Amino acid sequence: MEGLEGPLLTIITASTPLLLAALGELVTERSGVLNLGVEGMMAVGAVCGFAAANLTGMPMLGVLAAILGGMVIAFLFGLLTLGLVTNQVASGLALTLFGLGLSALIGDAFVGVPGPGMPKLYIPGLSDIPLVGRIFFAQDFMTYLAWALVIAVWYFIFRTRGGLVLRAVGDNHVSAHALGYKVIRVRFLAVLFGGACAGLAGGYLSLVYTPQWTPNMTAGRGWIALALVVFAAWLPGRLVVGALLFGAVSYLALYLQGIGVGIPSQFLSMLPYLTTIVVLVVISRNRTLLRINTPACLGQSFVPDR
Amino acid sequence: MKKLLAAAAGAALMVAAAAGSASAADKLKACWVYVGPHNDGGYSEGHDKGRQLVDKELGDKVETSYVESVPEGPDAERVIERLARSGCKIIFTTSFGFMDQTIKVAAKYPDVKFEHATGFKTADNVTTYNARFYQGRYIIGQIAAKMSKTGTAGYIVSVPIPEVIMGINTFMLGAQSINPDFKVKIVWVNSWFDPGKEGDAAKALFDQGADIIVQHTDSPAPLQIAEERGLHGFGQAHDMSSFAPKAQLTAIEDNWGPYYVERVKAVLDGTWKSQQSWEGLKEKMLIMAPYLNMPDDVAAMAKDTEAKITADPLLPFRGKVLKQDGSDAGPIDDGVLLGMNWYVKGIDDKFPQ
Amino acid sequence: MRIELIRRPEHSRTMVVLSPIIAIALTVIAGFFVFLAIGVDPLQALYIYFIEPLTAGWSIEALFVKAVPIILVAVGLSLCYLANNWNIGAEGQFAAGAIAGSVFPILVPGWNGPEVMVAMLVMGVLGGMLYAAIPALLKIRFGANEILTSLMLVYVAQLFLDWLARGPWRNPEGHNFPDSRPFDGGQVLPVLVGSDVRISLVFAVVAVIVAWFVLRRTLTGFQISVLGQAPRAGAFAGFSQNRMILLTFLVSGGLAGLAGICEVAGPIGMLRTTVSPGYGFTGIIVAFLGRLNPIGIFFAGLLLALSYLGGEGMQIALGISDQITRVFQGMLLFFVLACDTLIYYRIRFVRTGQHPAGEAKHGRA
Repeated sequence: MEGLEGPLLTIITASTPLLLAALGELVTERSGVLNLGVEGMMAVGAVCGFAAANLTGMPMLGVLAAILGGMVIAFLFGLLTLGLVTNQVASGLALTLFGLGLSALIGDAFVGVPGPGMPKLYIPGLSDIPLVGRIFFAQDFMTYLAWALVIAVWYFIFRTRGGLVLRAVGDNHVSAHALGYKVIRVRFLAVLFGGACAGLAGGYLSLVYTPQWTPNMTAGRGWIALALVVFAAWLPGRLVVGALLFGAVSYLALYLQGIGVGIPSQFLSMLPYLTTIVVLVVISRNRTLLRINTPACLGQSFVPDR
Repeated sequence: MKKLLAAAAGAALMVAAAAGSASAADKLKACWVYVGPHNDGGYSEGHDKGRQLVDKELGDKVETSYVESVPEGPDAERVIERLARSGCKIIFTTSFGFMDQTIKVAAKYPDVKFEHATGFKTADNVTTYNARFYQGRYIIGQIAAKMSKTGTAGYIVSVPIPEVIMGINTFMLGAQSINPDFKVKIVWVNSWFDPGKEGDAAKALFDQGADIIVQHTDSPAPLQIAEERGLHGFGQAHDMSSFAPKAQLTAIEDNWGPYYVERVKAVLDGTWKSQQSWEGLKEKMLIMAPYLNMPDDVAAMAKDTEAKITADPLLPFRGKVLKQDGSDAGPIDDGVLLGMNWYVKGIDDKFPQ
Repeated sequence: MRIELIRRPEHSRTMVVLSPIIAIALTVIAGFFVFLAIGVDPLQALYIYFIEPLTAGWSIEALFVKAVPIILVAVGLSLCYLANNWNIGAEGQFAAGAIAGSVFPILVPGWNGPEVMVAMLVMGVLGGMLYAAIPALLKIRFGANEILTSLMLVYVAQLFLDWLARGPWRNPEGHNFPDSRPFDGGQVLPVLVGSDVRISLVFAVVAVIVAWFVLRRTLTGFQISVLGQAPRAGAFAGFSQNRMILLTFLVSGGLAGLAGICEVAGPIGMLRTTVSPGYGFTGIIVAFLGRLNPIGIFFAGLLLALSYLGGEGMQIALGISDQITRVFQGMLLFFVLACDTLIYYRIRFVRTGQHPAGEAKHGRA
């Protein structure tokens, strides 16, 4: 059991940024908006978080800046897709491109500078329990936050009136509008929440995971987060499973090499992507699950009828 | 009206541009092509620091410029040619993948000098240059063997080019010279720069019992993980001790500056000749960062080995070298080194094919 | 005050022409302020970025060399997108085409007559098509989201290419460096103009014209747009959604594969671990910049190629980070998308409290 602790810790930290970004996108998509710009929002969050933490020496301010950074650029996306009804797929791709470029421009002065890092929170007593102690009670604060967010988002979507409105808007914007809900306003808030989460995920990378800033440090994680949302069938609980599974497969690909299995490393590196495809296929076969949960208006623009 | 405005704007642009170019004096233009961003914290940044040294030392006679993040392939050819056209008199192409493009453009511009890093094709106006990084790898191999309690190092590598293979082999020879049973676990991440993945690889290797991490990738992430876990590692390309003050034992630092200054000077003096440079500790093309976080006797041993290699560049291979299957590799010279496609005995990774 | 969109009864023909021009103008204006913000003379910067590359023969040549693969990819993608199939894996199909097309020159190096090129091109197209068929079939058979499957397959193709070029297909005489043997004789695409504009330019032009013709003048083109805009109406009319998914994926994969083999057999001249600096993704931008219209895509491809050349010029002349290129491309796409709205909608500024006439309709899906 001793030997399992390290891998489990690694898998949890590797999953956290994916979980955060995917959670935001889940809420965005539940409102009927498909934002493919997660990677760009993460990059901007990462650089804003790092810059703020570095300039002030306060990691917590970095976290706030990361959230804000993600929201600002998500705002841009909302303006385009909701205000000007542009194509969501294309706008999302543009956002990725723009975010990656912009983050590199902003971060020019911060490359090669060590970050302040974020202390781990040891919950007294509990963190000393063998095996589970260090895994559950000795993480950094953002990991706890991610897990709390999963529960909060689940509660919001399925147990509150606000969640009901969100789902109504995502499932049928015409009827939602007819019922008097502000479709555009709800969607805008959902997009901003998605941006905040993606920014936070980026901040996790630059403040906790590898405390440093470098261009393109998100390395495709935003796309994985998008895949996770579909994998999870838009259910927060399943998102946790997906993020952990992906983290585990990526880790396994590296771990197996260390043991020396003699399979070319390129094929091991393919594992996470192939797993995603297989999982997507498996999940897509379950039509009932998808029919119930897929936001029916996903990716469709709406112009209110007055 | 619109057309008129456009024309006016165009004219204004022309004037502005003319004013810009007129201010450039009759300095020698030296130019660089990087494969990554100029501030990637690793390989390309090393070259850019070299460029800055040229600026600093020859600034009154030389003007430098660079193009960064140039993809290997047709884009490189266009960029190199563009630099040649724009009046660069000496162009340093700093990635292996620029080799054929450099040769191709050089044939069209016989008056421009080209310097290609890490390649093997030369011409009358094309020189190759590279650093004997393996020398540093031998020293860190010895340090690793002395410092490791488990007798196992984790080695994070990018892609299997001879440079990297040479590094793994020399590291192992260094380690075996201290502890013949030393083990190394190898993880290929198929990327020169991916902090997240490099960090995960470091964690996986530590989880498997390695207590010292070696990297041939560019980000400081593996060292940061070592710092977090109270273990040790080595910096790559730069002194990375600011990222891991307690974990970094030393670093193999790229130091292209003096070479660049020398070569640009040669163009100024008219003494530039085509050559194949492969310089090491002796010429200070690579330097070792301070030996830290280790007992005095280990640091003394490292300094001693450094001095010996400075005197004898091929020292790591003076003994009998056995290949992975136990066969004799025969005498090893520069030629064998540059085309190395086998592991030495004791490495139990499968050679990447 | 609030901004309101009013749907035009019919799309505006003036705006169809004007919107890209407005978008470019807005990009230039925004660029002006970006340059000002980073402390560069904006006029000089804009000149170097947008105009200087057009002032010399060699750079116009370079413009076409760069634009050809992008246009080929984008034309294929536009058909996909028009039919509402979101193939974003052209980068992987590009690599698949490069790999398949290289089978003969690498495994049968002695075969280098002019006829081998035909075989290479066919293989390249087939490679791209087969690779694109995977996400298409997964969508048809299992309903798997093609955006994600096609993207994941990009990484798989790139890693496979990496393995091939480093392993089995490595040039035995290449000092152990990860390149294949250089292609020679008939294995290299003939040059059309100058030193590097190759016959692939003709392929791109033909692709543009054929795509334009298919979309405007054939039943297939009609089906593509009907199924894309109103899938249900298409189904009632008896058009097969699945057939169209497969068809558009195969066409776009084939064109991406063609671009791949043309790159490998052209400017690169050998198979390498990486064969594309992101042409598959750039193609997506270009498809939208050209507003999914083949002719528009041709010019959009040239414009984007210009942005690369301009970005390099900025680095050489002003020492500005190459990231500016990405920022510009992102902005340009934002503005093009935003200005497109003007084609279908009128923008109205409404003072709060005032009730406008209810002439608006639901958005386009």
